[in-house]
Amino acid sequence: MNALAARRRHPAAIALLLMLGLLVTGFAYAAVAPQPAQAETSTAEDVAAGKQLFVANCATCHGVNAEGRATGKGDQVAGPALAGVGAAAVDFQMGTGRMPMRAPAVQAPRATVQFSQDEIDKVAAYVASLAPGPAVPSEEDVDPSKGDPAKGGELFRVNCAMCHNFAGSGGALTRGKYAPALEGVSGKHIYEAMETGPQSMPVFNDGNIAPEEKRDIIAFLKSIEDAPQQGGHALGSLGPVTEGWFAWFFGLGILIATAVWLGQKAA
Amino acid sequence: MSTDTVPSGRPADRLRDGDTKVEPGPSAAARKVGGVAGWIDDRTSSAKGVNYLLRKVFPDHWSFMLGEIAMYSLIICLISGALLTLWFVPSATQVVYDGSYVPLRGQTMSDAYASTLNISFDIKGGLIVRQIHHWAALMFVVGLTVHMFRVFFTGAFRKPRELNWVIGTVLALLAAIEGFAGYSLPDDLLSGTGLRAMEGFVQTAPVIGSYLAYGIFGGPFPGEAIIPRLYSAHVLLLPAVIVGLFTAHIVLVAVQRHTQFPGPGRTNDNVVGYRVMPVYAAKAGGFFFIVFGIIALISALFTINPIWAYGPYDPSPVTAGSQPDWYMGAYDGALRLLPGWLEFEIFGNTLSLNIALGALVLLPLVYIVLGAYPFVERWVTGDTGEHHLLDRPRNNPTRTGIGMAGIVAYSVFMFAAGNDIMAIKLGMSINDITRVFQISLFVGPPLAFWVTKRICLSLQRRDRDLALHARESGRIMRGADGSFHERHDALTEQERWILVQHEPVAPLQLTAQVDENGVERPLSRKDRLRAKLSHFYFKDAVNPVTPAELAAAHHDGQQAEAIEAPLDYEGIDGRQDHGPGDGGHGADVDSQARGVGSASRMKE
Repeated sequence: MNALAARRRHPAAIALLLMLGLLVTGFAYAAVAPQPAQAETSTAEDVAAGKQLFVANCATCHGVNAEGRATGKGDQVAGPALAGVGAAAVDFQMGTGRMPMRAPAVQAPRATVQFSQDEIDKVAAYVASLAPGPAVPSEEDVDPSKGDPAKGGELFRVNCAMCHNFAGSGGALTRGKYAPALEGVSGKHIYEAMETGPQSMPVFNDGNIAPEEKRDIIAFLKSIEDAPQQGGHALGSLGPVTEGWFAWFFGLGILIATAVWLGQKAA
Repeated sequence: MSTDTVPSGRPADRLRDGDTKVEPGPSAAARKVGGVAGWIDDRTSSAKGVNYLLRKVFPDHWSFMLGEIAMYSLIICLISGALLTLWFVPSATQVVYDGSYVPLRGQTMSDAYASTLNISFDIKGGLIVRQIHHWAALMFVVGLTVHMFRVFFTGAFRKPRELNWVIGTVLALLAAIEGFAGYSLPDDLLSGTGLRAMEGFVQTAPVIGSYLAYGIFGGPFPGEAIIPRLYSAHVLLLPAVIVGLFTAHIVLVAVQRHTQFPGPGRTNDNVVGYRVMPVYAAKAGGFFFIVFGIIALISALFTINPIWAYGPYDPSPVTAGSQPDWYMGAYDGALRLLPGWLEFEIFGNTLSLNIALGALVLLPLVYIVLGAYPFVERWVTGDTGEHHLLDRPRNNPTRTGIGMAGIVAYSVFMFAAGNDIMAIKLGMSINDITRVFQISLFVGPPLAFWVTKRICLSLQRRDRDLALHARESGRIMRGADGSFHERHDALTEQERWILVQHEPVAPLQLTAQVDENGVERPLSRKDRLRAKLSHFYFKDAVNPVTPAELAAAHHDGQQAEAIEAPLDYEGIDGRQDHGPGDGGHGADVDSQARGVGSASRMKE
């Protein structure tokens, strides 16, 4: 101890300490950091076929090597670079018909799916081969029957409802962007959206919402989709705006019609 | 007629002709009822009052039933609300839910929310009573709003009914507050968000804001005090005040007589219509059941406020599409329209005008403007007379224009509260929608005023034209000399009366600025303002056809048409030969034209 204390003013001490600090931080981070999900094993042929599909359908915007392209107008991007987005992002974007994008717009809307699942898997394999990224979740990861809808509901209200609405009916964002309605979206795509954060959506990685919790959220969404309409027609599950609209036009309309009818009745 | 003729039949019958008929006595059942009524009357002396009420005459028009919609909805709210109090627990105590709604089972929530879930899912018929209560509340405010429209546009608020208008305005305000208190009770995510917003609004009051918020919530938000406090306001305090004011409102209607639309036989001193018993007892009583039935049907078929879907309140989350019920929407909309740069910092204190203007200023302002309008109009027009005959909206173009401008301004605020729903449903940018609303707030009301006033003036001119020249029949007549002209169909006296009955108006004139001795008489600023406003009200007034004008139209008026059809007046004139104005003496025509109303029906 005395020897150490004596050398604490040695010119090399500061460098040594820095080195030590960096090493400890580095190892500690490596130990606790969320593991990037590994792409599913895929054959070299899949990757090659995927690359072919990619060049034919996606390269116009994303570049021949998926390096991304600018439009040349300011810092506008035609398509972002895709290294590291993972198979999950490809599966989500192509599997919901958002990609290939039909027209430039503030946001890619959900649309008819243009490719078979097999083709989508191949493109996903190619993109995943560029750099490691989140993989497509397994059947079990997204099985709503294994999740807890009550817990999922709580997570949904805390993390998702501010944009997607309490019943997943969707909500508006700035400048024409929007959080889409979640009704009819498959569990796999919901999981992938949370994992990859498409468009305006933030990424909810496994450190943020654990895989089981993601499954709970899927279970919640499926449960409200399957639930009977306890109170009758839900009027779009959009809250008091549609209720007020309904009271004014429908409720008042019928009541005035009956008032006019009664007024015309001879006494 | 028959009394003048010689009675027929046997001579003996003829002899009995002058006898007073013996009326058959009341039936046994009627005697029994009379016995009970007499028993009650002996003890309460209520016969006179009941007789007065049952014999009261009310005029008939569908728009007079708009207030009834509000009245019946209020009664439905009271009945369904009383049922809900049997199960609702107004407490913020945290419990773990263990009811039959699976997606929330095992969650911690307040007793208020859990008991509302129980009402919805575990108590038989609870959900429909809840939905009836909420739909009836919406219909109550909708009903009283359209009732206010009717009263405003027909000028029914004029003397002697200003006081009742003020009572009605206070009722409208209390209804909105009562509704908000009810909306906030179940402690679901939406109502909690509403309370959080309300706390924010209160905090923007300069200087006292934070103290006020602490006072209302009994400490920092949300605390445990707010739900019991809201509950006592919602089920006890506000309903008591509302029912009290409402009773005064109805009693005043009975005491002051109901207003009526102008028509033959209807004057400022009578009411033409039917008695309460039996006609209105049946009509209004039946209408109650119709209103109740329709609200129950809506409640059975359409969800309102699905609190189970919102989830329990927790201060951290908030949902997209968080709006208040429609009657509070205007103030939420105002917040969405107010620009953010209205927040200032003065000596280290923040003044949030961007919130305070919409939340704390607009709400009272709406009701103050409403309540003050009759007094302003009375001062401006100098009209101090009693009015029991309603204005047709077109006959007061400025008032009708002001009303429409007000409705447009309120609607812009209200629709702005739904800007996010519009953005997502119409696929538009919320920023653009908000900008459009901001612009229409300034452009819309003046435009609505101008358009409405123009429409009213043209309708009035059309009325004048119709009164003077009646209807073009489309039948072309050829005269003996070969000239052509069109026949005009005569109006009946009743038809013409409606067109000419209203009072002529003119702007108030400033008195001479120099008196008879040549001394300058300075006018007060108030007089000048009044003259200016009166000018604004009446400068382009289209006044009703006078008897003299009518007479002139019958004789000389044809000259205008004679220019186009230069020969043979007889053919044109033939149409109105028997009209009341034919005499051509102004005074006679007046008494004739205005005397049409001697006819028919019951008068009070």
